[in-house]
Amino acid sequence: MITLKEALTLNPGELDEFKQDLSAKIKASNLGAYIEQHTGEAINTYGSGVPVLIKDNIQVKGWSITSASKILQGYIAPYNATVIEKMTANGLAAFGRANMDQFAMGSSTETSFYGNTLNPHDPTKVPGGSSGGSAAAVAGGIAIAALGSDTGGSIRQPAAFCGCVGLKPTYGRVSRFGLGAYSSSLDQIGPITQTVEDAAILYDILSGHDPKDATSAKLAPDQTAKNLNPDRKLTIAVIENFLDQAGDEIKTATRNAIKALEDAGHTIIYKNFSNVEHHISTYYIIATAEASANLSRYDGVRYGFRKEEGNLKDMYFDTRGEGFGDEVKRRILLGSFVLSSGYYDAYYLKAQKVRHLIKDEYNKVFEEADLILMPVTPTTAFEFNSKSSPIEMYLSDIYTISLNLAGLPGISVPVGKDKAGLPIGMQLVAKAFNEQTLLDGAASAERILSL
Amino acid sequence: MSYGDFEVVIGLEVHAQLNTKTKMFCNCPTSFGDEQNVNTCPVCLALPGALPVPNKEAFTKSIAFGTAIDATVNKTSIFDRKNYFYPDSPKAYQITQMDVPIVEKGHLIIDMEDGSQKRIGITRAHLEEDAGKNIHEGDHSKVDLNRAGTPLLEIVSEPDMRSSDEAIAYLKKLHSIVRYLGIGDANMQEGSFRCDANVSIRPKGDTKLYTRVELKNINSFKFIQKAIELEVERQIDAWEDGVYEKEIFQETRLYDSAKNETRSMRGKEGAADYRYFPEPDIPPVTLDDETLAKYSQIPELPDQKRDRYVNDFGISAYDASVLTAEPELAAFFETLIDHKATPKMAVSWMTVELLGRLNKAGLSIEESPVSALTLSELIVRIEDNTISGKAGKDVLDYLMENSVSVDDAIDKLGLKQISDDGAIIAMIDEIMAANPAQVEQFRAGKETLMGFFVGQVMKASKGSANPGLVNKLLKEKLQG
Repeated sequence: MITLKEALTLNPGELDEFKQDLSAKIKASNLGAYIEQHTGEAINTYGSGVPVLIKDNIQVKGWSITSASKILQGYIAPYNATVIEKMTANGLAAFGRANMDQFAMGSSTETSFYGNTLNPHDPTKVPGGSSGGSAAAVAGGIAIAALGSDTGGSIRQPAAFCGCVGLKPTYGRVSRFGLGAYSSSLDQIGPITQTVEDAAILYDILSGHDPKDATSAKLAPDQTAKNLNPDRKLTIAVIENFLDQAGDEIKTATRNAIKALEDAGHTIIYKNFSNVEHHISTYYIIATAEASANLSRYDGVRYGFRKEEGNLKDMYFDTRGEGFGDEVKRRILLGSFVLSSGYYDAYYLKAQKVRHLIKDEYNKVFEEADLILMPVTPTTAFEFNSKSSPIEMYLSDIYTISLNLAGLPGISVPVGKDKAGLPIGMQLVAKAFNEQTLLDGAASAERILSL
Repeated sequence: MSYGDFEVVIGLEVHAQLNTKTKMFCNCPTSFGDEQNVNTCPVCLALPGALPVPNKEAFTKSIAFGTAIDATVNKTSIFDRKNYFYPDSPKAYQITQMDVPIVEKGHLIIDMEDGSQKRIGITRAHLEEDAGKNIHEGDHSKVDLNRAGTPLLEIVSEPDMRSSDEAIAYLKKLHSIVRYLGIGDANMQEGSFRCDANVSIRPKGDTKLYTRVELKNINSFKFIQKAIELEVERQIDAWEDGVYEKEIFQETRLYDSAKNETRSMRGKEGAADYRYFPEPDIPPVTLDDETLAKYSQIPELPDQKRDRYVNDFGISAYDASVLTAEPELAAFFETLIDHKATPKMAVSWMTVELLGRLNKAGLSIEESPVSALTLSELIVRIEDNTISGKAGKDVLDYLMENSVSVDDAIDKLGLKQISDDGAIIAMIDEIMAANPAQVEQFRAGKETLMGFFVGQVMKASKGSANPGLVNKLLKEKLQG
């Protein structure tokens, strides 16, 4: 598959031809990365530029955008997300709906209403999630690039499982206007691409202040692609206790990558994070609390699926009871619980305090380092239906969620494969609004490790 | 109002819609009465992905309000989500301010009819969004979201009021402040100024607060007073019957103006848990010093205006209160003064004559068929003796019905006073000639006959002779 950088040089005739080929390829593929592959519809398109696959929670005008849920079946988005407007203005076109975990809740894309997406490296394995369709399509050669959203690792983890590049920008760097909300204080849209340079190109287009998003940082669009410098020598802090907890093959691949980075002239230092065991609980309290309110609007009154029998209360109960999947319901219940009177202080308020401590811990490491390095996932891609409990599934996000809590930018780059041939990713983290450093470091790693 | 052995404790929550150009969190217009669901967008329809952006104008209006009630205006305030499901609430949560409202710790002074004053504390005023409207038709309901997202300032008083009279005085003062500041229409019928009352009783001398009952759904000052009185009576009856503990519990009751009764809105069980938490889509809003300084410059308020009227125009405090209750009344009055009406005449012609007629016709001062300019001309004509005060009332009646100038009305009604010496002298000569006996008696010292002669001249002139002039000329003639 050609890169985004290459595709941007195609003339309109070449581009049309490319899109026709791509549509044929998608049709022939059995990955289930595009929702259209599940529904049998023609690929949704918007605009005439270079095709980019869009996660099914980002609003594209005229498309059915459903967050891969039943409750939004029939809903047609009447407006474009800011990122779609920006893409359209910069020669890119929304092209196809990427499968995902329902409402971005999941780490395997198994909670999608539409069905599974297969890992292009092994059809018995999940592609990760929640942006599993985006990552599988890019890695499987049926998308040049894709948009994902990342609330607790939903870009970086599937990128790692599928062997592509996934960037979660700093919170506030990319407008959330038009992103179906999971957890407002954690969500961020970002690119999933074949190369670090493509990630930079797409990220630059997405970034910049948006008056329609009150949490959007008042900064001009970033210009990392033209300034991308893989030769920059950086101080990189490895979070050693994170690395130690990872599976053996992840550990080995990551240590090899660290060695290569050091050999290439980067300075490596070692740090530990304390109280790591609280990351998951903090994340699941905050994310589900916000989600419980964010998903309240799906009530059957104005749009989407409605189950109407009996009175108003029955309509609410039946619509939401049938319209949401189990994992979504689990998180709404959990979020409602931690916000209830009598429990608020013990859970929600405490989690907010821990969130500050996590941020402080990152900032402390950044006093000495330009970048932080850690694994993306404890294991490589796992088999379908292999997680026996929700907690086990949640633990697969252990290395990715703290970034969202701290609002920091992070990137997943491929560093190798395990014995079974499944990709292994490595995660770099930068200071807030320092995506340039992040991408410089990632470009360096990409170059060294692909040699 | 007397409640026997009990003291009544009332606190009020007022929802005042702010008259901003656009809604609280989106750019939709806030107009009233448009076709259903026209003034909506992805944000106020709560479509997936839409985000709220706070309206700066709502903040500047809140700064003015905070200044007017001598409150603390918080430089930084925080929005929260209040979760509840209802079809008129499209997000199924309301964005409001819980822990850090824009305005805190203010007060206002109410004036009682006996001339005394009382300070009523205002705990807080916070910004939030209004809900839409549910319209019930037979077996189905419709939802109109035009109103959804309209900015509201919820103004919460301390439980400082001790009678329904005090509650009404507080509401009227608050209403008048909102109108003076021009931050809201404050129209109770249209729902842009809504009041919930929290009512409890306690034995006189007791200082603890007993169970409060919230009264909702009241859309006029009169009904608020009635609802409070009904509730107080219900609570006192329960106490006296020994069933207070059983019958009075914390609940919300709706006032039904048709039946003049309150009834329970929801059962005892299942107190709502709104699961408040900070709104993650809106960072804390911080106002800069320039904005705070600029919008704390507020116009003259009713109390200041009232005091100024008393001092500058020498009118009574009562009249001054009446004239300053609404900004439109004060503006009308000031136009009269500006157009040469003397303050005393302006007060009586405006409050007694004009407002009396308007009340009878069910019109507000803005709807008055007689403008301030016209009334000022009428007053000037009375003061320069063109017509008598009595004739002025007829002219005003005529002007209420006919759109003509004051002078045309006077001509039309033939009410111009005869102030011409010659014409009056001619009438006097005629009357003296017709009544020689009375002239004799008067000249012999029976001066009480003066009234008789004045009456005769006025009768002859059909009431249009200037009475002062008649008196003067009669005296000269009779004594001559």
